Amino acid sequence: MVRGASLPIVLRQITKTYGGVCALDHVDLDIASGEFLTLLGPSGSGKTTLLMVLAGFTRPDFGSLKFGDTEVIRLAPHLRDVGMVFQNYALFPHMDVAANIGFPLRLRGVGKIEARRRIEAALELVQLGGYGARRVDQLSGGQRQRVALARAVVFEPRILLMDEPLSALDKQLRERMQIELRRLHETLGMTTVYVTHDQREALTVSDRVAVVKAGRIIQLDTPRRLYERPANRFIAEFVGESTILPVQWSNGACICAGQALKLPDGPVPEGRCALLLRPERLRLVDATTPAATFNILRGTVTSLIYQGESILLQARLAQGQDVALRAIAGGAGTQRLPQPGEAIAVGVAPEDTVLIADADGGE
Amino acid sequence: MKPGAQPNAPGLRRDALRERFALFGLSLPALLLVTVIMIVPIGWLFALSFVADDGSLGLVHYHRLIAQPAYGRIFLATFEISAMTTVICVVLGYPLAYLLSQLPRPLANLCMIGVLMPFWTSILVRTYAWLVLLQRQGLVNTIGIKFGLWQEPLGLVYNLNGTLIGMVHIMLPFLVLPLYGSMRAIDRDYLRAAANLGASPIRAFWLVFFPLSGPGLLAGATIVFILCLGFYVTPAVLGGGKVIMVANAVANDIELFFNWGATSALGVVLLLLTILTLALASRLVRLDSLAGGHRP
Repeated sequence: MVRGASLPIVLRQITKTYGGVCALDHVDLDIASGEFLTLLGPSGSGKTTLLMVLAGFTRPDFGSLKFGDTEVIRLAPHLRDVGMVFQNYALFPHMDVAANIGFPLRLRGVGKIEARRRIEAALELVQLGGYGARRVDQLSGGQRQRVALARAVVFEPRILLMDEPLSALDKQLRERMQIELRRLHETLGMTTVYVTHDQREALTVSDRVAVVKAGRIIQLDTPRRLYERPANRFIAEFVGESTILPVQWSNGACICAGQALKLPDGPVPEGRCALLLRPERLRLVDATTPAATFNILRGTVTSLIYQGESILLQARLAQGQDVALRAIAGGAGTQRLPQPGEAIAVGVAPEDTVLIADADGGE
Repeated sequence: MKPGAQPNAPGLRRDALRERFALFGLSLPALLLVTVIMIVPIGWLFALSFVADDGSLGLVHYHRLIAQPAYGRIFLATFEISAMTTVICVVLGYPLAYLLSQLPRPLANLCMIGVLMPFWTSILVRTYAWLVLLQRQGLVNTIGIKFGLWQEPLGLVYNLNGTLIGMVHIMLPFLVLPLYGSMRAIDRDYLRAAANLGASPIRAFWLVFFPLSGPGLLAGATIVFILCLGFYVTPAVLGGGKVIMVANAVANDIELFFNWGATSALGVVLLLLTILTLALASRLVRLDSLAGGHRP
């Protein structure tokens, strides 16, 4: 299988209401040709509805959807020519693996010999060479997932949709498949729209992530920007671990926990702000650390949790807020960690001192 | 504790045994009932069929079944009528079950009550109701002639037509119920996947939905066929004496000749043929699921 053609996707004003509830609210989205874009959101956010609109299974109230230059919003699902991996895989139980993968080829009138060649190539692609004669119920969850993927790409669609394809797998397998999906995307190059509620998965697999909430896209950014500069409090809490502290403005200085913060260069969000701290970007400092290089928060350790690769330390600041700090376990060698009740100072570099809009976005 | 010790092993074993006996105890009344009202009479029937009219043991009754071609014809007719009823039930019942399976659940449940309603009336009442509707001066003929659909009253009853109408009506729910169940169990995502992969709704139906509903269809058709084999009331009333199925022949033999031995032999043969049919059908279903069902 060779790197195939791909198409850009353009959505405009896509709107869908269910009995007065807005599942999709005037969604505009541009997906570049060959891009891996993830729709990330909590359940009920509308991300799956949006994917169903792309596949043609949900008819929106209005809106425009273009694959390349072609308007497809009124096109029946079987004429759209997009591959899709379903959450439960939807492998036909009355066909063996080869017949499942060959199904789209058969519908397209591909000859038997050519079909057999392409089925075998698709199986090789997902590392299941020789599994063609297996029955679907003889496969493990991970193998089913691969077969579903092979079936979705065997007819070389220019767009691939995936609806939480890894959610049924256990954590280890899921993480391996994320890497593999990434590799496959680089091999095949088709425009991919991926739905998940797992923020870590979204960060791992995507070129860009669209965070969906209440039927609207509230941030569309690269994984790195999404994590480091979330647009608002909702996203900051949804993506990654976070501690969010209130701040006040006073004479142009941003005050948090009783001290003026040193902020990174660049604009600050308008309106009410809050301070976002990522646990792994905080570090323990001793009293001698010059306050010039870090913002320093002082508090008392409340708990210390060993989690294998890291240790989660929770502290209560003098002003009463809780702060979480993550240290690599054994990372700094024999570094002695403070015990509960001990007073500590937590340092955060100015570039990790992120001000975010203290609003939910959405609504 | 010593290594190799098995603390509490005898007690735990006893508990497991007691649980199993408790379950057995619950089903004991039903088992007894089945034994008394089924196994014993059937065994007696079986024994009677080997007793000749002069009291000696032998296969005399079975010889007669083979020697008299009338009996062969009756068995053939029984299987033919059952097969026709089954085919008509499938033709009528499959689209009905399909429609029900596609309706939203509350509506489907409501319609299901309509399908099941006939179960609440006795077969005898329903059969005589058909007599009223189908006879020469009945509702169907009156309306048909009045609207000019046909001129002469149609012979809808006291023949095979009437028998089939009555039997299909009674048997339809037996087909629709298992079929509806198996259709409901077909995940909508299968059809979505078929459409996504390029199948038009019609091809998705034939390539995916129909094969997946196959086991339910086969189960329903088997139930209908087996039950039809033993029909008595409907052919007796709506067949007007022209339609003789095995059960009717059994009744005639008893009423006219009071020959228990001969009739028992008829019953035993019907029972064996029924069991054979069931065995064949269950083999088909099982093989089907073993092979992963229909292969394109």
